[in-house]
Amino acid sequence: MYGVGIVKGLGVTLKHFIATYVDDLRWLGHRYYNPEAFAVRQSPKARGIFTVQYPEEKLTLPEEFRYIPFLIYDELEDGTRQDRCVSCGICAKVCPPQCIWIVRLDDPETGRPIPDPADFFIDVDICMNCGLCSEYCPFEAIRMDHDYEISTYDRFAENIYDKEKLDRPASYYASIRPRNYAFDEATIVEKKAKKAASEAARKQRAAEKSQRTNE
Amino acid sequence: MTEEESPQVEEATREPDDMEQQFPGVLTLDERKGYGGYLVPPDKLVEFATQLRDELGYDYLSSVTGVDYLPEEKMEVVYHAYRTQGGPAFVFKAQVPRGDPVVPSLVGVWLGADFQEREAWDLLGIRFTGHPNLRRILMWEGFEGHPLRKDWREAYYEEDAKPFENRFPEGGVYRIEDKISFGKNVKYPSEFSPEGWIPEGDEGLYAGVGQISTDGNGGTLKTDQLVVNLGPQHPSTHGVFRMVVTLDGETVIDLQPVMGYLHRNHEQIGERNTYIMNMPYTDRLDYISSMSNNFGYALTVEKLMGIKPPERTEYIRVIMAELTRIVNHLWSIGFLLNDLGAFQTPALYAINERELVLDVFEAVSGSRMMCNYFRFGGLARDLPPGTLQTIRELIFERLPRRIDELDLYLTDNEIVRARCIGVGVLPPEKAVAFSAAGPVLRASGVPYDVRRADPYGIYDRFDFEVAVRYGGDVYDRYLVRLQEIRESIRIVQQAVEDIPEGEIQTGKALYQVRVPAGEAYGRVENPKGELGFYVVSNGKPNPWRYHIRAPSFINLTALAEMCKGHKVADIVAILGSIDIILGEVDR
Repeated sequence: MYGVGIVKGLGVTLKHFIATYVDDLRWLGHRYYNPEAFAVRQSPKARGIFTVQYPEEKLTLPEEFRYIPFLIYDELEDGTRQDRCVSCGICAKVCPPQCIWIVRLDDPETGRPIPDPADFFIDVDICMNCGLCSEYCPFEAIRMDHDYEISTYDRFAENIYDKEKLDRPASYYASIRPRNYAFDEATIVEKKAKKAASEAARKQRAAEKSQRTNE
Repeated sequence: MTEEESPQVEEATREPDDMEQQFPGVLTLDERKGYGGYLVPPDKLVEFATQLRDELGYDYLSSVTGVDYLPEEKMEVVYHAYRTQGGPAFVFKAQVPRGDPVVPSLVGVWLGADFQEREAWDLLGIRFTGHPNLRRILMWEGFEGHPLRKDWREAYYEEDAKPFENRFPEGGVYRIEDKISFGKNVKYPSEFSPEGWIPEGDEGLYAGVGQISTDGNGGTLKTDQLVVNLGPQHPSTHGVFRMVVTLDGETVIDLQPVMGYLHRNHEQIGERNTYIMNMPYTDRLDYISSMSNNFGYALTVEKLMGIKPPERTEYIRVIMAELTRIVNHLWSIGFLLNDLGAFQTPALYAINERELVLDVFEAVSGSRMMCNYFRFGGLARDLPPGTLQTIRELIFERLPRRIDELDLYLTDNEIVRARCIGVGVLPPEKAVAFSAAGPVLRASGVPYDVRRADPYGIYDRFDFEVAVRYGGDVYDRYLVRLQEIRESIRIVQQAVEDIPEGEIQTGKALYQVRVPAGEAYGRVENPKGELGFYVVSNGKPNPWRYHIRAPSFINLTALAEMCKGHKVADIVAILGSIDIILGEVDR
């Protein structure tokens, strides 16, 4: 019969329409501004309207969410900052849109490069948030941020981030990406142990060598 | 490879192989290291191609592209032909001098060569004699130079290859436009001024539109023909796309698609990038299905490098690619309804489910749409804890129910049926000739799916049907998509059951991969159709040639054919049923 398909379709629309009210009843009026209800509303168990009341409500970001890189520094016990970055330049080399500039200085006395970036720029207008820099950083120094609300009034003055603007403490990193942070810490400890072991082995060899020459 | 085999290939006086014996004097094996296929002299190309199609059954021309071999002063046109029954490609090439690259056109043999040859003319300057309409397609008429040639330089040109010198170690930040003002390294035609430019080339476009004098209403009423521009700013074109339509009343007499508004010379950007840098750029081709694009590119470079990803990675790849297909088809079905005039409600019901899949993508890759998740021989990272559980909930419970609901909602709807059945019919032989791919091809009754015809990854392990319908109209394309969502759900269900634990990366993840010299053509069944990557390496960190066989671009070749004789409103539905993404059409 002509029109049955349309009626069936309208039934589906009606079902969707009612679902929100049913869900509203289920939460007894606490469907919105309620973290528990919000979590359900954003999961496969959601029923009815799934709108997010931005900016009062915000989507919970998964840990892997990536937006604009930042640089990590460790806070030492005496209060000074220790950059993890050693300005090896791998991030600048792997960056697809080439939005990273690193200034590395040479030590005037020894003539060898200082393992600490003199300055570090990221042009966030160009950055495509691909995350390759953080993926290939061998020193766990550059990581992707979670802060996506970065609009400004003046893109020319404010959208080239310098080192000061990029620096974040390791504790901030731990707060946004606990799982990645734990993994990184384990890697650092492992690397340190490896380095210490190779150092010890080198010393051992040197000692043996000197012993042999003494004999 | 055994030890006896390898020296034989190197020998200069080798026996001609079967194909060479069958076509003496026409085919010579391409013996460059890492290359395959055969060389054909340009003057024998049309004759050979006709034989290849008619006698050997290679009825489907997948890809036509050119390569600029600047050091050898040569241009090469590369053709990849397939049989629709399935099987590997037959690759043949024509080499011409770079100074005067002229190749006979193969539009007469495969209609699908039309846009691809125009693209090769536009971007590489290879002239195809006998092409019925050899105009620029992505650049504007009157543009000087051919932007994919190796000696062409764009505005704000910095260097030939990334990484750029000034970024490290003495990187002083600056914006390139501060250093080089616009126009300093740009070449214009002599009398061109950006302000006073009138697109004269468009006259050629309008001249190409059919002009038939008609008498409407059975000869009683004299009617005029009308040329209407649909787009580039038009909600039905899904982006910046223009159709020049000649109308007799409401009836479409002729249609010419005009594209290139979103052209960014993606392929040249790709040739400046290192291999890994291209991965996030492929996301931006068909931005609805970035995971599948990643898959195609990773597969091609892995072919060149000769590596295979570990087992767990293969499973994750299939899961992600099939979830992408679900996402894309939901989007496409939703917006087809928008094009039919059912504003937003069906689209939003479909997008509701899509969002949940995007949540999975975000948890896995860090981004909802620009996933950048695949790596050569692996993945960016393993699945985070809990993700597999979410995928299970979606794939076993929610999505099957919601797809049934969508089916109930739309399939029997009388308005949908009245608007879609019998509209935009593409007969099977035409679909194959036009190199149509994906749901457009399968809705025309050709059960050709790369996952089945030429399996890649681990698709040969899964039990699924190739969705096929025989009407070739808008309605059947819709039904094929709906069926494909169901099949994708089936594949993911099998994959999440079987997925093993283990490594996700073959070898060490490197930011600078070593790719041996050679060529590779990798293709995947993208939601839109067959997505192919043709990559040529010369052993350097950057690819020498990086070409994309974009399914939505090539599917548009058949648009005019489908629209003729229908009404204006049907064009919108037909275009919606092809499901184009301008990021991929224009590249």
